Amino acid sequence: MYAQMIKTARSGVKNREEMSDQEREFQDRIDRDEKIEPKDWMPDDYRATLIRQMGQHAHSEVVGQLPEGNWITRAPTLERKAILLAKVQDEAGHGLYLYSAAETLGESRDELVRLLHEGRMKYSSIFNYPTLNWADIGAVGWLVDGAAIVNQVALQRTSYGPYSRAMIRICKEESFHARQGYHAIMQMAFGTPAQKAMAQDAVNRLWFPAIMMFGPNDSESTHSEQSMAWKIKVKSNDELRQQFVDQTVPQIEYLGLDLPDPGIKWNEERGHYDFSDPDWNEFFDVIKGNGPCNVDRLKDRVDAWEDGAWVRDGLLAHARKKSARTAAE
Amino acid sequence: MADQDQLFQFLLRLGDNTLVLGHRVSEWCGHSPVLEEDIALANTALDMIGQTQLWLGLAGEVEGKGRSADDLAFLRDVWDFRNVLLVELPNGDFGRTLMRQFLYDAWSQIMLSKLASSSDDRIAAIAEKASKEVAYHVERSGDTVIGLGDGTEESHTRMQAALDYLWPYVGEMFQSDEVDGAMVAAGIAPDPTSLREEYDAKVQSVMSEATLTIPGSKYAHKGGRTGYMHTEHLGHMLCSMQWLQRAYPGASW
Repeated sequence: MYAQMIKTARSGVKNREEMSDQEREFQDRIDRDEKIEPKDWMPDDYRATLIRQMGQHAHSEVVGQLPEGNWITRAPTLERKAILLAKVQDEAGHGLYLYSAAETLGESRDELVRLLHEGRMKYSSIFNYPTLNWADIGAVGWLVDGAAIVNQVALQRTSYGPYSRAMIRICKEESFHARQGYHAIMQMAFGTPAQKAMAQDAVNRLWFPAIMMFGPNDSESTHSEQSMAWKIKVKSNDELRQQFVDQTVPQIEYLGLDLPDPGIKWNEERGHYDFSDPDWNEFFDVIKGNGPCNVDRLKDRVDAWEDGAWVRDGLLAHARKKSARTAAE
Repeated sequence: MADQDQLFQFLLRLGDNTLVLGHRVSEWCGHSPVLEEDIALANTALDMIGQTQLWLGLAGEVEGKGRSADDLAFLRDVWDFRNVLLVELPNGDFGRTLMRQFLYDAWSQIMLSKLASSSDDRIAAIAEKASKEVAYHVERSGDTVIGLGDGTEESHTRMQAALDYLWPYVGEMFQSDEVDGAMVAAGIAPDPTSLREEYDAKVQSVMSEATLTIPGSKYAHKGGRTGYMHTEHLGHMLCSMQWLQRAYPGASW
């Protein structure tokens, strides 16, 4: 999940009395679990919220290439390099797919990219953390894609048809990435002492950023209610986070690594693992642009876009010349 | 049957070309001019790494000393690499990267089409598989060279500069030595010089459409495919590529 802290375009939930007939009909369709399609009528706020969420999700896929690309040239075997290249290619593909889905709501990819580059749209906080050793690549696949899947499996049931279908397709690939990531870190956890130390270091550093991916606690999450009513959001942040922790703790134990949080403990009564809150001040710092890699990540994307302007212009000019020539024939 | 060491050298040339170029292309990850190009470049790099696994895997088998494709990729030093100099040159701008890709793809396509009927079935099988990928690569790199050459004034200037810079590195792909002679004699591979005519025709046709001028000089840098003298760039590439294998010897990844 690459979308977090999505501000719903309106505050509070409209009750039925406040709704127009059209809005009531729309809400009824959602309540009946019907999918909303691009040409259907929808409230402006629903449209705006979805554009934000899908746009942020798309940006995350694209920016997410950078921390992984950081290791492509240092991958330790040909097979690992191939796996990582295939994964990064998938992520870029997801970005493309999600931008296209957002375009069905009338927002162009160029406009979304412009907003990202101007710092007016975000991408997931997780990609503002560095990848410092090779085990990070395994941990990103396992923990980051793993956290994304928890959210995205829920989002397969989201009310907007193109987004829901994108999630179904993306989840398949993400599950594959998560398994490959776990396999990579397993190789290290069961490897030499140095490799095991790398694996431990990666888990220690990435655990809290990974559980931050689900966004603030429900009590602090002010924008969720309307999104839940519209089924743009399907489960709450805390529900999803708990699900992730529950599925991941046994995996860490299987690797024989120390748990990254001394607060992790099975709670018999709840039937869930207890765990410590991440440092939410750090989270909000990262969101505000003060994470360890925010400045560099955005600069990389802006540079790529600006340095590539001549390429886009050139190819466009050629396409115009070509169609003019065809027309003249 | 050809001398096994010569066959080993020949396979290293093929595998090192794809390894080194695949690596260079992968350096673009996340930094290309448009998302579609990020995908295409990652895909190209992925194909080339896949081909590397096959060529170097076979090279290790032929050598018979128990070295795997990974051993060959990650544990040889510069002087043991047998790729042409063209593929180890730094990426430069996107235009130079795609120009280099086209100049290589055009050669690779012709070479693989001949290798598909190699007397060595293992080589023929790899060539057959790789041909399908390279047919797509050359179409894409060729189209991009045409699009940018015949695009704006700036893109044209950049592409001409890329061609001027890279052209002296093209000739090495067509040089021939005793290793090649042995391959020809055994029916394993064509003489590289024999591919030149078809290559020139292909390149000329793309450059004409791209409104680019092939430099007149026939001078060709050499030293990569024999390992006699690589560029300074290869060592730096190996520093990052081989780092984990070198720093943690014997670990399994």
